[in-house]
Amino acid sequence: MAHASDMIAGDIEGYLKAHEHKGLLRFITCGSVDDGKSTLIGRLLFESKLLFEDQLAAIKADSKKYGTQGEEMDFALLVDGLAAEREQGITIDVAYRFFSTDKRKFIVADTPGHEQYTRNMVTGASTADAAILMVDARHGILTQTRRHSFLMALIGIRHLVVAINKMDLVDYSKARFDEIVDEYRAFAKQLGLEDMTFIPLSALKGDNVIEHGHHMPWYHGPTLMGYLETVEVDEERLQHTPLRMPVQWVNRPNLDFRGFTGMISSGSVKPGDAIRVQPSGKTSRIKRIYTYEGDLEQAIAGQSVTLLLEDEIDISRGDVISGVDAPAETADQFETTLVWMHDQPLLPGRPYLLKLGTQTVSATVSQVKYQVNVNTLEHTAAKQLDLNGIGVCTLSLSRPVAFDPYKENADTGGYILIDRMTNNTVGAGMLHFALRRSQNIHMQHVDIDKQARGIAKGQKPAVLWFTGLSGAGKSTIANLVEKKLHAAGQHTYLLDGDNVRHGLNRDLGFTDADRVENIRRVAEVARLMADAGLIVLTAFISPFRSERQMARDLMEEGEFIEIFVDTPLDVAEERDPKGLYKKARRGELKNFTGIDSAYEVPESPELHLRAAELSTEEAADAVIALLRERELIACD
Amino acid sequence: MTALTHLQKLEAESIHIMREVVAETENPVMLYSVGKDSAVMLHLARKAFAPAPPPFPLLHVDTRWKFRAMYTFRDNMAREMGMDLLVHINPEGVEKDINPFTHGSAIHTDVMKTEGLKQALNQYGFDAAFGGARRDEEKSRAKERVFSFRTAQHRWDPKNQRPELWKLYNTRKHKGESIRVFPLSNWTELDIWQYIYLQDIPIVPLYYAAERPVVERDGALIMVDDDRMPLKPGEVPMMRKVRFRTLGCYPLTGAIESQADTLPAIIQEMLLTRTSERQGRVIDHDSAASMEKKKQEGYF
Repeated sequence: MAHASDMIAGDIEGYLKAHEHKGLLRFITCGSVDDGKSTLIGRLLFESKLLFEDQLAAIKADSKKYGTQGEEMDFALLVDGLAAEREQGITIDVAYRFFSTDKRKFIVADTPGHEQYTRNMVTGASTADAAILMVDARHGILTQTRRHSFLMALIGIRHLVVAINKMDLVDYSKARFDEIVDEYRAFAKQLGLEDMTFIPLSALKGDNVIEHGHHMPWYHGPTLMGYLETVEVDEERLQHTPLRMPVQWVNRPNLDFRGFTGMISSGSVKPGDAIRVQPSGKTSRIKRIYTYEGDLEQAIAGQSVTLLLEDEIDISRGDVISGVDAPAETADQFETTLVWMHDQPLLPGRPYLLKLGTQTVSATVSQVKYQVNVNTLEHTAAKQLDLNGIGVCTLSLSRPVAFDPYKENADTGGYILIDRMTNNTVGAGMLHFALRRSQNIHMQHVDIDKQARGIAKGQKPAVLWFTGLSGAGKSTIANLVEKKLHAAGQHTYLLDGDNVRHGLNRDLGFTDADRVENIRRVAEVARLMADAGLIVLTAFISPFRSERQMARDLMEEGEFIEIFVDTPLDVAEERDPKGLYKKARRGELKNFTGIDSAYEVPESPELHLRAAELSTEEAADAVIALLRERELIACD
Repeated sequence: MTALTHLQKLEAESIHIMREVVAETENPVMLYSVGKDSAVMLHLARKAFAPAPPPFPLLHVDTRWKFRAMYTFRDNMAREMGMDLLVHINPEGVEKDINPFTHGSAIHTDVMKTEGLKQALNQYGFDAAFGGARRDEEKSRAKERVFSFRTAQHRWDPKNQRPELWKLYNTRKHKGESIRVFPLSNWTELDIWQYIYLQDIPIVPLYYAAERPVVERDGALIMVDDDRMPLKPGEVPMMRKVRFRTLGCYPLTGAIESQADTLPAIIQEMLLTRTSERQGRVIDHDSAASMEKKKQEGYF
């Protein structure tokens, strides 16, 4: 099978011609290290004769050193990767392997079965057309099998092979095979998995991998390879759905050429087709499908193209080109399933960046409705999501985006979340549906605006955001600043941490998630007050950079003045005006900033007050001086 | 409707990756090593941005020890593409006259390639660099992301890579950090050759078998490309019909004896001989873990 050496030797041009037309299938294998997953992949590579002699020699040598198969070749060693992992005998990440047969080329994503499984498996499965789920015939359906099946269903794998392996260790028993199949079917129903194929295997001996072998004459289904060579590739399905092309980059080399580049994610397109651009809703027709090799008569899902339109309409990166009659929806609030991928937990209310197709917008999770336990499939209440946590959430974006439900199109319904401070990819999610149609919500237009209200008060609205440790002197300084402003005839309002917590934020505690929500509400209130024309002073510990950044982003350019009241911890603790540090040190107060909860120092505040070296009077004067310098209030 | 072939899909994916980089980074560059993978990468870049030329320069980190045919080819290609070609040679290496004969392959590679690359990236302030590496080349590559982040010191941390889902690449980075981007990650050696054949992409003639002067050294056939190569006692260059499966510094690149002087013949030979291509590179021989270590230190 596989590479016909005779053809290569005898008719290389004929061989190349045949190879040229092969399709490509991406699949993922899941199951634990013990299920024989690496052995199976190793065998597929070996049998497709894509191993080179030097690689084989290295594996034979390694088999003796690290192998678990005695003198026999340990195929598993073929798929191990980085040095540290090899020594531990485990793989810890997603690795991609390549092989091909006469019919297809294959890319296998191999992911480990240990604790990082969720993140890695979801990553590997996101690009897969099919999945092979390994089950050890001796052990049957385990917790791990259920967990992996749930993840496959979550990521929307359309074709699943349940490979019941190690049949050699259960005497190739049909009864055992049938028993596992029945149990799995009953379970898979709950998950909504539809296309399933069950294959009894011995990866070690080779039965039903490439050829049927002699041990299981009772099995009449396809071999694993036979299945992989014929199963439908997802793009073929997507070709029959409406056109979507997220615009990647506008190619404008000269005034006569304006091309919109991107990969067609679903459907097909021909010159003359009517299209609609989302989220703007503008329409036009396709004029040309440009490629380097000449214009195309038609382009289909999976191709990277450049589209030229009949009309000069405004389109930029992030827009989605759709068929005119079946456009993508637009919305800014969604129900979504979110997979958390980072050590730093998801905090509702914290702003993240969301990348969906080629659109990047600011996004917050407004609520975790429930978390799913991947082992039991139970729903539990959750206020945040930790690493590998999976939750159904409501998601709110800073502006409407074009999307499709994930189950219809992964490219226009799957997104990642990025931490604004660390730039890490911290989550991945799937949009289910819009919570309301964004088109129907318009900001209420008002005739008297912020500027008018400010002018009436003889000032420019501003938000003076005091941040620092408890006991740093924020409230004391803010209080004096307000007095001075008031005396000078300015219109002000001081939002103080303790006071707000007695009213508006009475329902919030001091966990990280609640601190984020606390600051979000305060920032929104400050924004409304600034809109009313006031100079707003806020005195909150506000320990996290992300939330201060969120507050900053809510205000207009130049309106947000971050004032870092920098008092060393030992000085603040010495002062301890409310006796809180003592309580915290005694362990009576949890999550106290500076003791067991972090304070993230501002990187570039508008004003840095070294409060321990200044009198309150001097500190307040420094704030007033800055406001004058920035022309937010008039000079004397 | 018809399904796309594997090469059409790989092509579309590579073009998508290149356009993402141009749309989302400030100052990208394409590392051009003059080899066959670079040739394919450059061809794809031309397709991605046509009718305009690719909107970034080419960077060749030179060691002064490449084959002469490579220099000729490189200069012709840049001219034909209408792209800027930046050539960087580590000046400290030149000053100390670092070369593979006196200093050995490890030091030569480290100073001229790894250090030279870091210098060039710093000097021009590139925040993204395309490289032609493929996941099938070698084990540690199989796990590297398409977008691979480097600290301001150009270090790679294999334990801390960003997950890549669907077609979404997170290109956000802090000041000073950079990204190495591998648009050919999912191509195999056979895909590369087949694509060169189908698309008629020009490659350096050294890939084709021809009579060339070589000496046999530590089991490898080394071509005597110029008179800087010191011959050991008893070594006499002989004319043999050879070709190269990979191209690099000529003293570090082993030739193979071959009759393959057409692309189909090269592919045929590759499929039948079954020795993986990095065999020809002297730098990999130390241990399977050596490439991973080099990459952590900033080698491409």
